[in-house]
Amino acid sequence: MSAPSEKLRTTPARAQRIGRAIFSTRHRNIGFGYLAISGVAVIFGTILSWLMRIHLSWPGWRVPLHGPILPEDYLALVTMHGTLMLFFVLTVAPQSGFGNLILPAQIGARRMAFPRLNALGMWTTAAGLIVLLCAFLVPGGSPIAGWTSYPPLSTTALAGPGEGAGQDLWLASIALFAIGGTIGAVVMLTTIVKLRCPGMTWRRVPLTVWGWFTAALLAVPAFSVLLAAIVLLFCDRHLGSAFFIPHGDVINSTLVSHHGTGSPLLWLHLFWFFGHPEVYIAILPGMGLTSMVIANFSRRRVFAYRLMIATTLAIGLLGLLVWGHHMFVAGMNPFAGTAFAAASLAIAIPATAKVLSWIATSWRARPWLSTPMLFALGFVSLFISGGLSGIIVAQPILDEYLHNTFFIVGHFHLIMAMAAVFGLFCATYYWFPLLTHGRMLSERLGKWHFWLTLVFAYTTFLPMYFSGLAGEPRRYAQLTGVNQPAQALLGAHQVLQFHITGGALALGLTQVLFLLNLVRSLRVPSVGGENPWSATTMEWAPHAMLEPSPDLPAPVAYHRPCHYAEDGSSFTPQWESPQPSTGEQE
Amino acid sequence: MPSTQAIPPALRFWHLPVDGSWHGHALDSHLLLNLWIALALFALANILLFVGVLSHRRAHRPIHKLTLEYLPLLAFAATFLFLGSRASSLWAKQRYTGAAPDALQVEVTGLQFAWYFRYPGADAAFGRTRNDLVNAAEGNPVGLDPSDPHGADDIVRSQLVLPAGREVDLTLRAVDVIHGFAIPEMRLKQNAVPGMTQHIHFTPELPGDYAILCTQVCGLGHYRMQAMLRVLPAQQFDHWMREQERGQQAEAQ
Repeated sequence: MSAPSEKLRTTPARAQRIGRAIFSTRHRNIGFGYLAISGVAVIFGTILSWLMRIHLSWPGWRVPLHGPILPEDYLALVTMHGTLMLFFVLTVAPQSGFGNLILPAQIGARRMAFPRLNALGMWTTAAGLIVLLCAFLVPGGSPIAGWTSYPPLSTTALAGPGEGAGQDLWLASIALFAIGGTIGAVVMLTTIVKLRCPGMTWRRVPLTVWGWFTAALLAVPAFSVLLAAIVLLFCDRHLGSAFFIPHGDVINSTLVSHHGTGSPLLWLHLFWFFGHPEVYIAILPGMGLTSMVIANFSRRRVFAYRLMIATTLAIGLLGLLVWGHHMFVAGMNPFAGTAFAAASLAIAIPATAKVLSWIATSWRARPWLSTPMLFALGFVSLFISGGLSGIIVAQPILDEYLHNTFFIVGHFHLIMAMAAVFGLFCATYYWFPLLTHGRMLSERLGKWHFWLTLVFAYTTFLPMYFSGLAGEPRRYAQLTGVNQPAQALLGAHQVLQFHITGGALALGLTQVLFLLNLVRSLRVPSVGGENPWSATTMEWAPHAMLEPSPDLPAPVAYHRPCHYAEDGSSFTPQWESPQPSTGEQE
Repeated sequence: MPSTQAIPPALRFWHLPVDGSWHGHALDSHLLLNLWIALALFALANILLFVGVLSHRRAHRPIHKLTLEYLPLLAFAATFLFLGSRASSLWAKQRYTGAAPDALQVEVTGLQFAWYFRYPGADAAFGRTRNDLVNAAEGNPVGLDPSDPHGADDIVRSQLVLPAGREVDLTLRAVDVIHGFAIPEMRLKQNAVPGMTQHIHFTPELPGDYAILCTQVCGLGHYRMQAMLRVLPAQQFDHWMREQERGQQAEAQ
């Protein structure tokens, strides 16, 4: 009978320890907290996308415990999938998650600035996710206005199911997300500007840090404007204001009489002023990591390193000036369309410079094709496939045909969703030893995971280009069983839609390999050792990931990153102090 | 829908539907140019990436930055500039000026979840409308104001009938939420926004029946918010229009 009593005695201590870890202000715990938020969101988001795909291919299918997917259910799936994935996965995981876990060590900082504020940012984001998931449970269900929530559809419960309590919860959730995101961005900017270790000059800052830095610079104005827009929309919904509702609007045979007259177009401007920088926030950390990982496994300095810093900043700056390309056919002045088209095509130039650098860095380098390297190369491939279509839809006359078709869905899933996810896998495989005290993920499983994910990503999203060119609109609950002549147009390429559904199911199932790899790593002893990838950046220095302590030497950076011998046989890490005789400091 | 035989092979390769409008030919040829360039670059970049990584010998530091980074970048910038300026001139042609004064006037009204089309009738003027008068069940789907005499001869239909070869000026409006007015086979798309009137003009060429879709999510019936465009040869259209006008007069008396 001694065992249970001992267990009882230890439980409070254990609970206390877990409690301390959860409510800790350590950047490492906060980073894992952000990854946990993304983990929950990505599981829900993937299941929702499966339900959408299955419904489009087999409309009669009944969801267990729910019944058939009604048109409003389909739009709720669309809305929640987009919101979960874009806000809580693609923004949170690369920027806030890995940012907190790796950034301090990479600049020799040992901690993030404002630890309590940082923890508050994570908890606000977590609250945002919980509030969002509650939208499934309220009467009327989750909102149906899409992740963009265009008014007047999003201004009143009259407009459809889910536009009552569901839409309110959505607004509350995104408001919390915007507050948490702004806090996180301020913490990150302060850390990068003020807490770099001695010797970590701006010229020695790795490109990953430039990615986080630029994304955080974008996040502050973007999330602030989003928050303001949400407050205005909330006022329109509940306080009788009319920022976004025109005078005399009649919804569902009911006159929506508010004070004054507003314009739905104002919301589009405010939302996309946030929405476009948002997609760069999602992708910039992945771009930086891809540059560094390709350089590291090619044992070469990033090709045109300084140009890569400039292009990162240029993409960020231009990213603030292109929101109108989401609105070419939304009722904007056509002259503005031309101006936004020019800015959008201009972004293709720094993006192309990056692709050229990635190809040139790995070109005939005989690189070590480890799993992180494969995912970085996959990032490049997907970035190209998604980016090329971006040039097409940046031209207003072509967007007129392609706007809101599957072509757009294919475009942003390849360049933003899939490329960013490959960035996340690259980060996970690459930094896993740092995050788990030296454990490694299986390379064998990792390579299977990579190849299957790559193949199924293309299987799922490339056919969407063709489906979009055929004229099939996105966000349609059914592409078949509608009236003629629409039926002839939309039903003509059902085989493509089956193909996409099969790809999506396989893509999701392939991730079981990744989960298996994670579980397996818990069972095998750690074999990684220090710096298993022979990396040059500061996070791989001995003790870099440990808590700051007076016993440990303070980190100092002596070199630029990516310092390799010409033949790739040796390298100089940033933390290695130069020999007095051969001392060469850069 | 016209026979799919009319679709040229290049359009068919890219799964594009038939193109029935006058401006669509230039749009299509620019789109196809873009698609072929994108396909070529997609293949080239992926092959370079693949070959470069799998090459067995480690090369010395690749050649000069100028040849590998800046010269290709210049070529790409020139390509983007070329495509962008070509697209801009097409956009300007379609959007910078309104329809010709003699274009056929039709008003398009979108509301959850239907499109209605209004012709001005014999007086060539649209009557006033008010959103609060919209009532499809009582035969007033676009909210015609009975106090405006111009409205008496207005013809409201749930199908858009147009003559081939004559420019049409569409006035778009929405009663409740934003709708997306799209005719893929006419290469046409423009949102109808409540509180605003939008104009879009085009010339249908190829007679046939085409789908009009809603492409901006507008509520649970979004996917079935469709109508039909029927393009008739000019003479048949005139005949149809006379019939509608006669019907409208009979109804008014």
